[in-house]
Amino acid sequence: MKVEELRKIREKVQKEMDLRAGEKATKVVVGMGTCGIAAGARPVMAAINDELAQKNANNVTVVQSGCAGFCEQEPLVDILRPGEKKVTYGKVNPEKARRIVAEHVLGGRVLKEYVFAQEKE
Amino acid sequence: MQELALHILDIVQNSLAAGATRVEIRIQENLKQDLLVIEVQDNGKGIPPMILPQVTDPFLTSRTTRPVGLGLSLLKAAAERCRGSLEVHSTEGRGTTVIARFQLNHFDRAPMGDMGETMGVLVTSNPGVDFYYEHRVDGGKYTLATKEIRKVLAPVGLDDPAVLQFVRQDIQGGLKKIGAATFPKIKEVLR
Repeated sequence: MKVEELRKIREKVQKEMDLRAGEKATKVVVGMGTCGIAAGARPVMAAINDELAQKNANNVTVVQSGCAGFCEQEPLVDILRPGEKKVTYGKVNPEKARRIVAEHVLGGRVLKEYVFAQEKE
Repeated sequence: MQELALHILDIVQNSLAAGATRVEIRIQENLKQDLLVIEVQDNGKGIPPMILPQVTDPFLTSRTTRPVGLGLSLLKAAAERCRGSLEVHSTEGRGTTVIARFQLNHFDRAPMGDMGETMGVLVTSNPGVDFYYEHRVDGGKYTLATKEIRKVLAPVGLDDPAVLQFVRQDIQGGLKKIGAATFPKIKEVLR
């Protein structure tokens, strides 16, 4: 294990944490049931984390969930921004995932063309 | 599943759903015996003895969204088509161990796949769980323990997005060093 690299991550993140103290977190949920995994949820989650790391966005939590019952729409990704309705994207691939992070999670603009379901107002 | 690493990601989801706080993943490649053993051990709530004999039945599941549970049945089928087997041992209140055996160089064995990404995803999305990963190839050994990573990173959590890439690269480099197998080595391919 390269301890030096871990220390670098720690220092970089700590600086960002101080800047963002008190900010409310956005939550990203990736479906990681058997169906999600078989449909490609793992590289999707890796792409989401990678994009967030590149943009130094450590006020976003990325978690996994089980099967939601819409196996044919997997990989499914939910975006929960504070104070906004939940948006679920379907058939996400790593490329779409990076756009969702850049434009919706960080920019606040829903990518309508990829939406599978949206919570009603 | 296209990779054994995806099966492992899937089987560990069972451990997490069972409330495990520690999950140990051990992979052993025995070149002499032409054997690959994958073991996932957790300290979750365990499986009641009454349903233990049926856990590889695809129509038995504890989830409520659909009456189908494919995780263990898919792994069993993958192992059995490579002259292997699947064992599930469990004690209620103590935990469960899943052991899958494969002929290492069997024509139908799926590639190991990206264990780095599998572990990276598990670690960052379950920062409170202690993961231990051990991969042996004959004499060579690679290990990763999230307890150690957590200690160095504190107060930054394991859920920081940069951790996934760190775990992935550490594992990919480590497995290369010990010469871990990716694809089965087939001497003769039938045409």
